Amino acid sequence: MKIRVLVQLKPGVLDPQGRAVHHSLEGLGFEGVNEVRIGRTIDLDVADDTSDAALDDMCKKLLANMVIEDYVVEKLDQVEPA
Amino acid sequence: MAFRAAVVTFPGSNCDRDMAVAIEQISGTAPIRVWHGDPTLPDNLDFIALPGGFSYGDYLRSGAMAANSPIMQSIIEAAGKGVPVLGVCNGFQVLTESGLLPGALMRNASQNFICRTVSLRIENNATVFTKAYGKDEEIRVPVAHHDGNYFADEATLDRLEGDGRVAVRYLEKLNGSRRDIAGIVNQAGNVLGMMPHPERAISAELGGEDGSRLFEGVIAGMIAA
Repeated sequence: MKIRVLVQLKPGVLDPQGRAVHHSLEGLGFEGVNEVRIGRTIDLDVADDTSDAALDDMCKKLLANMVIEDYVVEKLDQVEPA
Repeated sequence: MAFRAAVVTFPGSNCDRDMAVAIEQISGTAPIRVWHGDPTLPDNLDFIALPGGFSYGDYLRSGAMAANSPIMQSIIEAAGKGVPVLGVCNGFQVLTESGLLPGALMRNASQNFICRTVSLRIENNATVFTKAYGKDEEIRVPVAHHDGNYFADEATLDRLEGDGRVAVRYLEKLNGSRRDIAGIVNQAGNVLGMMPHPERAISAELGGEDGSRLFEGVIAGMIAA
């Protein structure tokens, strides 16, 4: 089972990296960019019987730092092919 | 009785030798060097130091991998029994990632690696680590970090302040740290995490010796005990 974990800084936590990229986009002449937030994608290939609870546990214990980050777990195999 | 300290080295630690030199110079006894993969710590330790560096290449987040290395369970147990544990720089990051200290160390607000000597104020001189300093004393200690921007939610910050757990504070807006926090202790007061490097400030020839008294405080306390 292919899993994609998206880790993002919580709303309200300053993202200096995102801010710097935002400034660079403006420097390149792109207008109308309101905010840039940078996160991390972690792809996992796990046994098909891995429970949602186990995936949550992986995120909480290691993949995300719950003090500053939120996460979303996506099951890629369930996405309909285009 | 000789001072029995341990310095823990993770793959990518680079201040472990400085830490060992500081402890030996001030206590007169070389610390035991512990490897991250060792199953347990030596018995009857007086002091455990987690040094600075880039453990596991800062993979995932600074300190995140080291916080889950084999030796950490033993360190968490020792901390629970009251053994003084000092984490400097990457060591502080390991302590927050392992849950021994609250909050997190984020990328510096400026995005720059900051490497210079800064002024700090001793906010609480009643801890085992700071008792050789005066209350509100100002000291000069080097920092060298990219991820030193201390973050915790407002409720946690208020609790830390109220309980006197902010041990040292920057005297300037250095890296984006909430409330200019440079170092905090745990509830019991025996675990200190700080971004500045006291082990790099132990002799006038190397730029200053304001860091020495941190070790002197711990050593005097444990030898007397």
